[in-house]
Amino acid sequence: MADETSTQVTGELTITLNGTQVDARKGELLIAAAERHGVYIPHFCYHPRMRPVGMCRMCIVEVDTGRGPTLQPSCMLECAEGMVVDTESDVTSKAQDGILEFLLINHPLDCPVCDKGGECPLQDQTMAYGPGESRFVESKRHHEKPIPISDLVLLDRERCILCDRCTRFAKEVAGDPLIHFINRGNHTEVNTFPDEPFASYFSGNTVQICPVGALTATPYRFKARPWDLEQVESTCQTCSVGCRVAVQSSRNEVLRYVGVDSDPVNWGWLCDKGRFAFESVNGDERLGEPLVRTGGELRPARWSEAIASAAEVLQSTLTAHGPEAIGVIGGARLTNEAAYAWAKLAKGVLGTDNVDAQLGDGLPAEVVLGLPSATIDEVCAPGGTVIVLGPDTKEELPVLFLRLRHAVLNDGVRLIEIAPTATGLSAIATASLIHHPGETAEVARALVGQPGLGTDAGGVNSAALEVARAAIAAGGPVRVVLGRASVAESVSWTVEAASILSSIPDTSFLMALRRGNVRGAIDLGLSPGLLPGRVTLDGGRANLSGLWPTVPATPGMDTTAMLTAAAEGHLRTLVLVGADPLADFPDRDLARRALAGVETIIATDTYLTGSSSLAGVVLPAAGFAEVSGTTTNLEGRVSVLSQRVTPPGTARSDWAIASDLARALGVDLGFASVEDILTEISSAAPSHAGLADALASSSDTDGVVVPLSGPTPADALLSFTVPTSDALLPRHSYSLRLVVGRKLYDEGTAVHHSPAMTNLPVGGALRLNRYDFDRLGVAEGDLVRVIAPALTIEAPVVVDPAVPRGSAGAWFNQDGLCAADLIDITAPLTVLQVESLNGQGAGS
Amino acid sequence: MARLTPENEVLARTIIGRYPVPKSALIPLLHLAQEQDGWVTDEAMAHIAELVGVSAAEVLGTCSFYEMFKREPVGRYLVNICTNISCVLMGSDDLLSHAEQRLGVTVGETTPDGTFTLEGVECIAACTEAPCLQVNYRYRYKVTPESFDELVDDLAAGAFADEIPPHGTLARVRQVIAADRVAGAVEPTDGRQPEWMGDPDGGAS
Repeated sequence: MADETSTQVTGELTITLNGTQVDARKGELLIAAAERHGVYIPHFCYHPRMRPVGMCRMCIVEVDTGRGPTLQPSCMLECAEGMVVDTESDVTSKAQDGILEFLLINHPLDCPVCDKGGECPLQDQTMAYGPGESRFVESKRHHEKPIPISDLVLLDRERCILCDRCTRFAKEVAGDPLIHFINRGNHTEVNTFPDEPFASYFSGNTVQICPVGALTATPYRFKARPWDLEQVESTCQTCSVGCRVAVQSSRNEVLRYVGVDSDPVNWGWLCDKGRFAFESVNGDERLGEPLVRTGGELRPARWSEAIASAAEVLQSTLTAHGPEAIGVIGGARLTNEAAYAWAKLAKGVLGTDNVDAQLGDGLPAEVVLGLPSATIDEVCAPGGTVIVLGPDTKEELPVLFLRLRHAVLNDGVRLIEIAPTATGLSAIATASLIHHPGETAEVARALVGQPGLGTDAGGVNSAALEVARAAIAAGGPVRVVLGRASVAESVSWTVEAASILSSIPDTSFLMALRRGNVRGAIDLGLSPGLLPGRVTLDGGRANLSGLWPTVPATPGMDTTAMLTAAAEGHLRTLVLVGADPLADFPDRDLARRALAGVETIIATDTYLTGSSSLAGVVLPAAGFAEVSGTTTNLEGRVSVLSQRVTPPGTARSDWAIASDLARALGVDLGFASVEDILTEISSAAPSHAGLADALASSSDTDGVVVPLSGPTPADALLSFTVPTSDALLPRHSYSLRLVVGRKLYDEGTAVHHSPAMTNLPVGGALRLNRYDFDRLGVAEGDLVRVIAPALTIEAPVVVDPAVPRGSAGAWFNQDGLCAADLIDITAPLTVLQVESLNGQGAGS
Repeated sequence: MARLTPENEVLARTIIGRYPVPKSALIPLLHLAQEQDGWVTDEAMAHIAELVGVSAAEVLGTCSFYEMFKREPVGRYLVNICTNISCVLMGSDDLLSHAEQRLGVTVGETTPDGTFTLEGVECIAACTEAPCLQVNYRYRYKVTPESFDELVDDLAAGAFADEIPPHGTLARVRQVIAADRVAGAVEPTDGRQPEWMGDPDGGAS
């Protein structure tokens, strides 16, 4: 693998490697060139995704550059024409002996009680290249074993060989330099500043790249030996980035995820939420048997009973009120195959188009599918401009944040951020356009407008706009990362802004959607008005005529419309496919009224949630690592998901549940395995034509991006039209506009059911700029009265410099102040009033 | 005693302004913190991190690399007795154990009244005058147990108040750099250099 971190690889040259002439690229590091030609040079500090530092000296080899052979570190040496390299000479071997003896001087050799034992580069290379014995008889360095450097990572300083991998990762890759070498010489150790833990969202990567057992992660400590682990490669579904992971288990229990280097996606990195969410797979509270409500309570039932009960509800609703009285919400947790099966059940069997995989917090499907799309690699390609108009990628799509950060710092990508609050990218953005909530489109309009307008827009000053315009004018393609920066405002402004930006020549979009397989669910028809393959009802009807019993005649409702209809009593039966509107829908009051307003709820889920506990029938679903299939990430990249363990109890795959429900309704969905479904998708979905063959012949690690060949026929695609944007609201000096984004750690299932992460959510508080603090006459931590459209509550306030004056920030789905309680989805923008409890009201 | 005082913060910003890259001011600022409190407190390091724009861990990394930055309180007078070969040959072993008895502390400790901290150090480059020691890095040559006692009495009595300032003080006279000689915030990569440095390509100046 080429080293993208430090050098641009260009040109060709020839070197002699262990007596053989091989090609190398100009600027390529010798260690990388050797690896490419199958010659492994032992090393500890060198990592292909980070800058070389030559710390450990393990990779020294004998090199002759025309001035006689000398020992040189191959990780610091760029290949040069005619270089003669011997990695196996006596001199090289003697040097390796010496380095290993030296590295082991202070190493405790406590391998029998070390988690790294069995997969430890130090252990392996000592066996392969070491002298076998040490001349060191003095006493070794001693430290307290192990010390926690964060909630998730423990540090054993005795084992550390000071390779600088973790500290380099923290500074270079993650941008959280919270660990550093402390002291000097023999006393050097890695450590944090006192009382300032290594609270990085990416800390787990340091555990993975540590070449010894110095860094260990609390969730895996003393759980297993590497030789007892079985693994499969899969794709993380915690968010929509789709990082490639190795799922490792022992005795039918998932014990660890390890990042796999997928060049177009995650480069081997994972975020801590994704890495440690495996604990929620094993949770004690997982649903293992179907539940049916009898006598007002949910009681365990047999599958046949539960399926029959659910089918009866659906059949009676169909008979009495027609298919429009049924709504299906969810599907972003599913595999592509399960999403297709559910789309076929809902649209092809039940005949309802009230189907939506997004929970009112995403983008309309016509925007997702209607704008020209870009891959992560295209967004991060050197020389371009990236406009991030969406959520804080560090909080919601952490590994995309790493890729963007790398592109800006190393590849000259200019980053323009359009957001209502400062984000993790603000510090490295060429221009950070922090605007008033609800005025996104104004900023976009000013951005594409004529240079030299000299006027502010949406609260962004003209100077910042000028810098941003210059960045776009500097040339190169423009890539937009598009998503919802705040769910407290109407999506129409985001859509309008996207439409305005799309007028810039050579612009394409990467959709920053929430939830694992939301893109796959939309692609396969779990969205109102769509059929599998990114086609409209009319566009896809003909294609499905032989496969589906029926196809809905007219587009149905999205989640917001469904919940509104349910609250008004127009929707009789609601099917929740791994969805929890009470926790995830932006307006909790509406969600609550909707769930109370329907006659019956049928839920499939891995855990009993706030919403599914209200259901009449709950069907336990098999989750991640328990099912096989494919998943689609935010780029449209389809990759293979693999099963490693069996689901708890009698929990079943979602596609099998759909299939059983259909059979109970008298229809055979026509597939008996995941492979059957993939085959049917390949023929039924135009955008996925040939997918099964393409996956079979592609690299498992990288997957394939759909559509495989050219765009879908234009007449079948959803046309992208700009909605009538909600009118711009007047600003009041006595009110605050609400901004609601997400933190990485929230009260969602993945965090809530993973013991290592349960204390990581920050908790709910209203976040204000210091200026507004003074204006309101409140102090940090004070309780204030928050007057929202739907309710008035008391909540603590904290200072957040990321929130601009006149706005109020609240995190979604946190304990304490819950943003969903404040949001009124019918209003284009939620406006709050905040009053001090000590008598001084806002604006006084 | 904690973060930099408002006056020192103003001075710190001036110092940062002298360098092309703020991080370059780390060591001068650590000296400033040590001058303020006699040692470098965690709070001062955190404050410096804020001022320079790096993490506190990075400040600690730099601070802990250098022995002369003390991260624990030390006495008003830091007494370093050389323990290298020339001084040992001339009796510094005896001098050191005498010092321990005289001050009532072992090497590395501070007297209960906070006046003296005793340390043994490697060669301080005054071999011709062995055995030698430093008080707050001011030399005393050819020290005998008797002259050591005398020195301690004098220091305790404040006799050297003018000559030997309290630990941490770098110089009595604050360095002043004229505005036209300040490098300023020049990117080190842009090839420019301050005008006062002259023409590197051998111009007339």
